[in-house]
Amino acid sequence: MRHAYTWGAIAVIVLASVTGDVLLSRAMKQVGDVGELRKRSSILSVVARVLQNPFFLLGIVAMAVAFFSLLFGLSWGDVSLVAPASASLTFVGNAAAAKLFLHERVDRRRWMAAALVACGVVLLAG
Amino acid sequence: MTFRKYLVLAGVALFASVGDSMLSRGMKDVGSVSIHHLQSLILAVLNPWIAGGILFLLAFFAAYMTALSWADLTYVLPATSIGYVLLALIAKFVLHEQVTLLRWLGIFLIAVGVSLVAGGPALTQTHAAHEQAPAETELASLGGER
Repeated sequence: MRHAYTWGAIAVIVLASVTGDVLLSRAMKQVGDVGELRKRSSILSVVARVLQNPFFLLGIVAMAVAFFSLLFGLSWGDVSLVAPASASLTFVGNAAAAKLFLHERVDRRRWMAAALVACGVVLLAG
Repeated sequence: MTFRKYLVLAGVALFASVGDSMLSRGMKDVGSVSIHHLQSLILAVLNPWIAGGILFLLAFFAAYMTALSWADLTYVLPATSIGYVLLALIAKFVLHEQVTLLRWLGIFLIAVGVSLVAGGPALTQTHAAHEQAPAETELASLGGER
């Protein structure tokens, strides 16, 4: 039962952080190149522009859900399982979600990079 | 990709790993937190290591958002995962933790993954995705603030 809770928490962490990353990425693409914006306006108005973006706020909510599910997951399972399992699944999930929802061109190179980093993260925790 | 943009990516990796290391160092002072004594979590912020770690993580978030404003998610995430390598090096040489052979293998795999994307294009989103953004009117209003 404890096992099921742990993997349930991992699933929620991965889902929430992939959702958060996709929303934040979408938000920042709408905001536009921050370096370019800074040339034309003050840092405060750039920050205000980011904070007013609805995708940004939703992204923060998703990230908060991910953070608190991580805390719950860590209280149910070992840190050496929960942290690397969720981090590496998030890498692979993000590659799929970026292709689906953000229309990024995820070529073989990027798939391999995501997979290698995911394996590396698992080994780091070992 | 300009030199400045590589600096931002380096910042994402560096701030995240330094921030996490400082939090880890600080939590060793604070001790384990139980769900029934959450107030100790609030007091933990007074620990200088924790406070510094939070500042670094805020800097990480600003750099991460800046990078996402001009690069793909599938570029930023692998490119900045070099931070895991940094974290392992900090763990070994600053925090004096054991880094096993398996961990060095993990570091190697991550480094190969990073080098795979870092050489490729940073932004590949199609125009369709950009046109969905209500950027024109917002840009106009921002221009007015000048």
